[in-house]
Amino acid sequence: MNQQPFTESTFQSYLARHKLMASRCSACGALHLPPRPLCPDCFGDDLHWTEVSGSGKLLAFTVIHIAPTAMIEAGYGRDKPYVVAVVVLDEGPGISAQLLGVDAANPQTIAVGMPLRATFVERGEGEGQRTFLAFQPAD
Amino acid sequence: MAIQPKLGRSVALVGAGMSKFGAFPEKASRDLFVEAFQEMRASVSRGLDPRDIEALYIGNYSSDLFEGQGHMAPLMADWVGLTPRPAIRVEDACASSGVALRQGIIAIASGLYDVVLVGGIEKMSNLSTEKVTDALSTASDILYEIPAGFTFPGFYAAMATAYMDRFSATPEAFMQVGMKNHDNGALNPKAQFSASIADVMEGKQRRAQARGLPIPQWTDEMDFLHDNRANPMIAWPLRLFDCSPISDGAAALLLVGGELADNFCTDPVYIIGSGQASDRSMHDREELTSIGAAVLASQQAYQMAGVSPADVKVAEVHDCFTIAEIIATEDLGFFEPGEGFVAAEEGLTTRNGLRPVNTSGGLKAKGHPVGASGAAQVVEIWKQMQGLAGERQLAADVEIALTHNVGGTGQTCVVHIFERR
Repeated sequence: MNQQPFTESTFQSYLARHKLMASRCSACGALHLPPRPLCPDCFGDDLHWTEVSGSGKLLAFTVIHIAPTAMIEAGYGRDKPYVVAVVVLDEGPGISAQLLGVDAANPQTIAVGMPLRATFVERGEGEGQRTFLAFQPAD
Repeated sequence: MAIQPKLGRSVALVGAGMSKFGAFPEKASRDLFVEAFQEMRASVSRGLDPRDIEALYIGNYSSDLFEGQGHMAPLMADWVGLTPRPAIRVEDACASSGVALRQGIIAIASGLYDVVLVGGIEKMSNLSTEKVTDALSTASDILYEIPAGFTFPGFYAAMATAYMDRFSATPEAFMQVGMKNHDNGALNPKAQFSASIADVMEGKQRRAQARGLPIPQWTDEMDFLHDNRANPMIAWPLRLFDCSPISDGAAALLLVGGELADNFCTDPVYIIGSGQASDRSMHDREELTSIGAAVLASQQAYQMAGVSPADVKVAEVHDCFTIAEIIATEDLGFFEPGEGFVAAEEGLTTRNGLRPVNTSGGLKAKGHPVGASGAAQVVEIWKQMQGLAGERQLAADVEIALTHNVGGTGQTCVVHIFERR
């Protein structure tokens, strides 16, 4: 499994199996999510895949009312806004993802710092099916 | 790694011009560039023979996506009669022409050229709002940020929620920035929006009355800005009037070696500081209430110039969204972290305030043709320093001024400092 290249393609194939995987640098121990083929901290390229817990907290968020075309195709838009977030994982790295299970109509109920856990969303059908990382409140 | 950057040769700005900013279905980008070039040419007080220009550095984010036209630099050179001179397109998202300026400065400081044209051009209004949103998104990380559903207003809105949480700020501070920049834009004939928020509000009331519809009753501008119908949410907490518009426009600057400046101009402006830095994607940053590349770029520029933030009499900063102006005024050292929103609320950044910011109307009201914005910021500094800013001319002499141009979510920032001697 550690032989898999440290690319978005591999990351995505893990996501499809509902695994959130990061790259760890064998030389300096730094953990990177998104995964990278070169450690930007020590320039090392001896890496291995590590599964992260998916637990984290909310660093920043917004409710998108004017959506990009991909999200409009997923059913969102002016009439159905959605929440996106920057999440800091307990292991240290941050990641961008959709935030589910919160009230998009009442953003004041969404609190920076709130504990979150990772979840996985399937969109599209057949060949076009793809798994997206998302988060939801931890409790 | 300690580098103390300095210019190998003095560089002067001896002319600057811009097209009108707005949405111009009848004009191609090359037409707007000619407009900017002609105003620049007219501004060179001792006259410019265009044949003296040796090279062009043209900032352009994405004519490919916006217009289906690549390879813009030689095309712009052709349209202003400057082929076969070397023409270079510079792309760093919305910082493209700020970075083109820096490349022009480096080219002159190196001794390679004596006379350089720096330009910026973008024509965005051919596409629908959704398609523009998609095109701008390519300035972020398309593998890990866009699949999450982020948009550009969304990125800055996320910075706003982090800022509000950390400093107990409210969206009313952002609205103050929008009102201030519209007040300035109303005095700028080149601005896309030549109307204050009060003008916009009264215009809507007059139109309702003319059509025999119920006349909306807003008590003041703040009441208007809180109305979801008049000022719809784009990405919470940012509303329509927190966002810069979709714009077409161009700008042109003429740079020469400092020792040649008097040949061109009676009152040259010297570029005494330049700084630039890069950063990772937003989710890879330690914190989101500051743009690290802006802090670093401004430190480099201040150090090169030998001036401090307190010396800066006027600044044009990258207010693609209202929150961005507040963060910029902190990153540039004008105000302490967490004090920028208070300064906006207290009016310190108005034309008559302690530290005027975006006297042109900023990206918010002047318009934001992304690849032209960095160079257009310099046009405003030029006009303020020459006393040509008309009704928005600052009362005090402007000896030191600054521009701050950000690309993407802050993966690029470039800062320049100008001096009138």
